Amino acid sequence: MTLVIRMLTVYPQTKTYFAHWKDLSHGSAQIRKHGKIVINGIGEAVAKIDDLQKGLLTLSELHAFQLRVDPTNYKILSHCILVVLAITFPADFTPEAHVAVDKFLAAVSRSLSEKYR
Amino acid sequence: MVEWTDFERQTIAGIFGKIDYETVGSAALARCLIVYPWTQRYFGNFGNLYNAAAIKINPLIAKHGVTILHGLDRALKNMDNMKEAYSDLSVLHSEKLHVDPDNFRLFSDCLTITLAAKMGADFNADVQAAFQKFLTVVVAAMQRQYH
Repeated sequence: MTLVIRMLTVYPQTKTYFAHWKDLSHGSAQIRKHGKIVINGIGEAVAKIDDLQKGLLTLSELHAFQLRVDPTNYKILSHCILVVLAITFPADFTPEAHVAVDKFLAAVSRSLSEKYR
Repeated sequence: MVEWTDFERQTIAGIFGKIDYETVGSAALARCLIVYPWTQRYFGNFGNLYNAAAIKINPLIAKHGVTILHGLDRALKNMDNMKEAYSDLSVLHSEKLHVDPDNFRLFSDCLTITLAAKMGADFNADVQAAFQKFLTVVVAAMQRQYH
């Protein structure tokens, strides 16, 4: 999954959240594993699309009280997801599909930052 | 002054050397108007923007997308001098067109995604980083004369 590596390369400031990892290079096992965790989380959000606030409650609390990721980074990761989708599905990732995904990712981002304050 | 590595210069030159302005320019602007519908506020005289289908076949939008993309040509020729190179365009967008400068970022994102779809796997993390850095510098130059 090039998603996390892409984010760390294009937006080096995001590396500050991973200072505790030994290996931040391309192909690192930790990065691959983390990419999977994030994508699975988004998959969970898709399943709970009709009530993200309730459905993502645990993840929301995790991001608010433990991870404390600055919400700007959700926009950054969302953009990287869109780029990966465009590369993987060039014909299917039409502007209509793009706006739907962007709207969804924005809603997920809002849910994740909800418990911050 | 922005520092550019050789890789970045070559990557940017390579992308623009191969890019199909007609297809990419028109697709990027259409995408921008569809994904960020509030950007349509600047295109009141451009005919039918009623829905995504209409936007995608609108010839005035297609032509304007190409114009915007060619606006990046001066960046290519002035990578070490972007602020001066874009001074007049910045004034134009601020004083005459009254475009909210956040739109430059929105268009840049749509251009990046359009290009990613075209380039596929060649648009790897390092290429994306170089291209987005390039666009960020252009956007900063475009925002500079706003007051």
